Amino acid sequence: MKTVFERPQALTEVPMHYCPGCTHGIIHRLVGEAIDSLGILGDTIGVASVGCSVFAYDYFNCDMQQAAHGRAPAVATGIKRVLPEKMVFTYQGDGDLASIGMAEIVHAAARGENITVVFVNNAIYGMTSGQMAPTSLIGQKTATSPRGRTVEEMGYPIKMCELLATLEGPSYLARVSSHDARHVLQAGKAIKKAFEMQQHNKGFAMVEVLSTCNVNWGLSPVNALKWLEENMIPQYPLGVFRDVTAKEGN
Amino acid sequence: MARGEVLVNQELCKECSLCITACPHNVLRIGKSMNTKGYHPVEAFAPERCTGCTLCAVMCPDVVLTVRRKSPERK
Amino acid sequence: MARVLMKGNEALSEAAIRAGLQAFYGYPITPQNEVPGYMAEHLPLRGGVYLQAESEVAAINMVYGAAGAGARVMTSSSSPGISLKQEGISYIAAAQLPCVIVNVVRSGPGLGGIQPSQGDYFQAVKGGGHGDYRLIVLAPGNVQEMADLTTLAFDLADKWRNPVMILSDGILGQMMEPVEFAEDQKPAKVEKPWATTGAQGRKPNVVNTLDIIAEQAEKNLGRLLEKYERIKEEEVRWQEANAEDADVILVGYGTSARVARSAMELARKEGLKVGLFRPITLFPFPEKQLQALAKPDRSFVTVEMSAGQLIEDVRLAVNGMSPVYLSNRLGGMVPTPEDVLSKIRDILEGRGKA
Repeated sequence: MKTVFERPQALTEVPMHYCPGCTHGIIHRLVGEAIDSLGILGDTIGVASVGCSVFAYDYFNCDMQQAAHGRAPAVATGIKRVLPEKMVFTYQGDGDLASIGMAEIVHAAARGENITVVFVNNAIYGMTSGQMAPTSLIGQKTATSPRGRTVEEMGYPIKMCELLATLEGPSYLARVSSHDARHVLQAGKAIKKAFEMQQHNKGFAMVEVLSTCNVNWGLSPVNALKWLEENMIPQYPLGVFRDVTAKEGN
Repeated sequence: MARGEVLVNQELCKECSLCITACPHNVLRIGKSMNTKGYHPVEAFAPERCTGCTLCAVMCPDVVLTVRRKSPERK
Repeated sequence: MARVLMKGNEALSEAAIRAGLQAFYGYPITPQNEVPGYMAEHLPLRGGVYLQAESEVAAINMVYGAAGAGARVMTSSSSPGISLKQEGISYIAAAQLPCVIVNVVRSGPGLGGIQPSQGDYFQAVKGGGHGDYRLIVLAPGNVQEMADLTTLAFDLADKWRNPVMILSDGILGQMMEPVEFAEDQKPAKVEKPWATTGAQGRKPNVVNTLDIIAEQAEKNLGRLLEKYERIKEEEVRWQEANAEDADVILVGYGTSARVARSAMELARKEGLKVGLFRPITLFPFPEKQLQALAKPDRSFVTVEMSAGQLIEDVRLAVNGMSPVYLSNRLGGMVPTPEDVLSKIRDILEGRGKA
């Protein structure tokens, strides 16, 4: 027998604190696998954000910085500009990236900052116990939209890939999902590609991964995957929104 | 004789069941034992059916599973 | 290098580049625009990174990232911009990262005005952002010091792994004076084994400020506070003149100290026994040095461009041994030596109100 699946080197042995069934853990592993497969562990500096993934610095087996809420792209910029040969990535949730950190992500993207952004969109604030996020769906009930998000009161969910695709800076923008194994494998490829973009100095690359928050959604882990597929994907269509290497025949 | 084998890191498992639904061959189920966090780790109750396809591990959020296979079909 | 005539903001910038500055992240605001202007012009040509951030918030967080990655890094701004940076400054202090922050202070509160002020004294020396932390705060009093204290700021930042603020104002930033730079200055080579430079052949480094286990957090904070105590022991800098026989000692820093010195000279010409005490480090504050000068038949006057901020630290230092008076102007107005002299006369003639 040959080992065909094991823990990537780029993840530490520290047990993750995420709730049972939370797909953050899957996305962490995909990032770890990408780092392993590119052989860049000793050259990578990760930036953890604020939200459920606040402890990411404990889970990635590379140098890490913990950023203030929403500021990960600025922190990553600060690192990348003084260490341009190193690989720098941020790992951010929807509240961090699409709400409080909107300015930082938009400008990092506009500058074509040569960093990799892993954006985990689960349409809710998990860590603070289930408040409405900028990506919460219309009608979605949360702790702060108890009767469901309405357009009249709270406006529309933000589609980050589409928004950043209006800029010339990004080299790669993709939205993937974590709701089944096939999509997880696709997500892994997209994340690896986002690191390769940085490796080849193509500039800003972001992968938006649709993720679950079964606890705050009030669903079982398995039903949360189904909810994601049936409700989030229609609002957040999967696909590649920018790939500057597509023209080069990759 | 099974073509594949799933190894469970009992302490990491949180009993979320995502691996069970991901398995196309109905190899896994929630076990009876309890780990120190109070979860019942998943177990391969029908190991002979395992093909080593890794889909369980792909869907596991806690990197609980290691998969071994006789002759790799892919990867 | 021979003496050259330079603006204060330019002297500061040149000194920073000579100190081995690797990156400058800033955002435009008056009256500090000569600093990013000089950096944009010179730093990239001398091997460093200049980047105009999208906001002061982003700029200070870029500083956090670069400092965490081991670079000599700085930012500059002016009062409203420094308020925006407070989040990042608190994080930098908590993570014990070395960096230099320049505040060319203008009048506040709110948008205030663009004229010189010292209204950010409390913000600079008492922490400024959330949590128990201190900056090392340096107050240059002339253009030469704008350069020299910048060099010192980088060395202190690295020595103590602490953010250092240079508290300046529009007058010091804009005024031109001769300044001299050392011919053979080599940036200090500092080992930073804690920096996130890629974990090549070592365990990963983590730059972090999250500390959620109370027992541990208290211990860590204790270590931080111990560091501040050592800084208080080792890094106090000040200057005094004519203090020995003085009936009145003027206390001021930066631009106010220049006014106070002129007032002292006018007073001495009139035969009034007036001295000067000029803190150069505002944190650590020269508390013991002031205390040593305190006695019942001697008065202190703080000369400020703030509404009685410095006076609180002077009162704490003299601890009731001497009366302490305030001579100040606000809103971007600068006190004149005559204003201060008239205050001195009031005090000596028993008309002062402490």
